[in-house]
This record gives sequence, C-alpha cells and structure tokens, in this order.
Amino acid sequence: MKRLCIIFLLILSCNGFAVDYRQFSNPEQQETYETLTSELRCLVCQNQTIADSNAELAADLRRQVYEMIEQGKTKQEILQFMTERYGDFVLYKPPFKGKTGILWIAPVIFLLMGLIAVFLFVRHKKKSSNIGISPEKQEKIRSLLEKGDRS
Amino acid sequence: MLKYIIPLVLFIVLAVFLALGLSLKPGDIPSPFINKPAPSFSAPKLNAPDEKLSQTDLIGKVWLFNVWASWCVSCRSEHPILNQLAQKNAAVIVGLNYKDDPNDAKKWLQTLGNPYTVSIMDQDGRIGIDWGVYGVPETFVIDKKGLIRYKHTGPVTAEDIQKTFLPLIAKLQVES
Repeated sequence: MKRLCIIFLLILSCNGFAVDYRQFSNPEQQETYETLTSELRCLVCQNQTIADSNAELAADLRRQVYEMIEQGKTKQEILQFMTERYGDFVLYKPPFKGKTGILWIAPVIFLLMGLIAVFLFVRHKKKSSNIGISPEKQEKIRSLLEKGDRS
Repeated sequence: MLKYIIPLVLFIVLAVFLALGLSLKPGDIPSPFINKPAPSFSAPKLNAPDEKLSQTDLIGKVWLFNVWASWCVSCRSEHPILNQLAQKNAAVIVGLNYKDDPNDAKKWLQTLGNPYTVSIMDQDGRIGIDWGVYGVPETFVIDKKGLIRYKHTGPVTAEDIQKTFLPLIAKLQVES
C-alpha cells in the first residue's frame, strides 16, 4: 500500500512542466527563454505560465518566444510583442499604471489597515485593563478578600 | 456602538466585492486591439490554396473575422447562427481556419454549410498569435478603414447578433 502511494505521488509530481527540446546558441539565451516563459501567462489555463502549461496555445507561444530569441530580440521586445497582442493580462508582473494600480497598492493598504487595527485594539485593551476603580472600592475589595480568608 | 458598526461595514465591503465578482467573466480578456488597425496577414485560401488573401484586400468593406476549426466543439454550436447571419448579407464574413486539417475543414463546411465569403488557412497558428487569439471561436468586427472595432470571445449567440453585431455593422456601413 505504501509503495502504491509513493508511485502515485511520483506520477503526480511528473506533470509539473511541459517540456520541449530546444537548442540555444548560448546559455544567456536559454536563461532569457526560461525567465520569459515563466513570466508569461497561458491565456487558456489562466493560472499557469506558458512554461508549465500543456495547452496548444502555450506551446505556440513558447515556439514564438524561442524564435524571437534566436532572431536576437531582447527580452523587452518580446514582452512588448506579447502585450501588443494579448494585453497586460499576459504578464504575471503587470506594469504599474492606472488600471493595474489597485493590484500593487491594495496589499499595502491592507497591511496598513491591519497595523492600525492592531494598534487600536492593543490601546483599547490597555485602557480597559485598569478601569478606574476608586481607592474606596479597592479598599472594600481588599477587606472582603481578607474576611473571606478568615472563614 | 463602534462594536456593531465595524463588523457591519466589513460585511458590506466584503458583500459588495463578492457581488461584483459574481458578474465578472475571468475568461474574457479585454482585447488591446480595439480601434487599432487589423494585424496584417497574407494567407492561402482554404478552397484555393494557390490564391492568397491579405487584410488590405478588404479595405473599404465592413467585415467579420471569425476564427474557427473543425476540432472546436463550440464552433459547431455557433455555426448555424453564422449561416443565418450570412443570409442577411450584412457584412463580408471571413473565416480563419485555425490549426486545422484542410480536408477536415472542407468536409465540415460541406456538411454544415458555409457562411464564409472566404476562409483562409492558419495551420501553425501564427496569424492567431498576431490577432491575440486564445480561445476558439472568436469573432472580430473590422470597419472600412481596416480598424478592429469589436471582439467577441466564445460562440456567438442569436442574441449577440441581434443586440450587438447587427447594430454595430449597420453603424459601420454608414461610416465612410
């Protein structure tokens, strides 16, 4: 049973990447290829990069990236080629501008909101822990406790 | 008092976001091509592979560019709608036979009817990439100057034709 489980898990771990065999003229080009394909979103299966996806469109886009690298295009030129056709959506790291601003700012706003909430909560707790009990009342409490002890 | 207002406000904000989320279609990616010139192509015609069609041949006409394939299931549901549209002669319908086998494609048109004035072949999907195609079927509306004015992703329904396509085509036909 244990062995079956391991085999099953191994099978699961196999299909993480879509592999094409590509030959590059130099290692820098291969590196550019690898970073680019893992920064571009597959538009069919939207939560995968084109490096991970087995969709046909992803394969075509990988081919496109490969050919452009072989033609000596820079990373910037290839990203521009893709955004001209598919919009900012194709980028996993969208540029900061009006439409995408909320994506970048929202986490900071939520962090600030959280910090403010924690600060207010702690301050509130501190205040309420020593709610002014008048000295007379404290005296009474003490005497009551002492009486209780005697019994 | 604050004890009740804060959770209420949080609840309302969350509810508004979730309600907006319900009406969003994550499959619809806005096309960056709207009001931009149609990407250029020059591709062999499906029925006459020796002849080529390019986007400049269509300048001066309002045309629809419909991406289809015989392997695409939703194209089949869209097909009768396109046949009906073709009968109205509202605009030229150009088909892009995307990553398909020409023989399968021809057979498909023979059995289901051919709404296309002309279909061109894109066997390796390059024209598709130039047009930002990611889900077949897709339909573009191009005006007389060769600008893309509208893009529809997914199968076109009879309602889309009545409410969106026909009014838009009529408007574009009047433009010079």
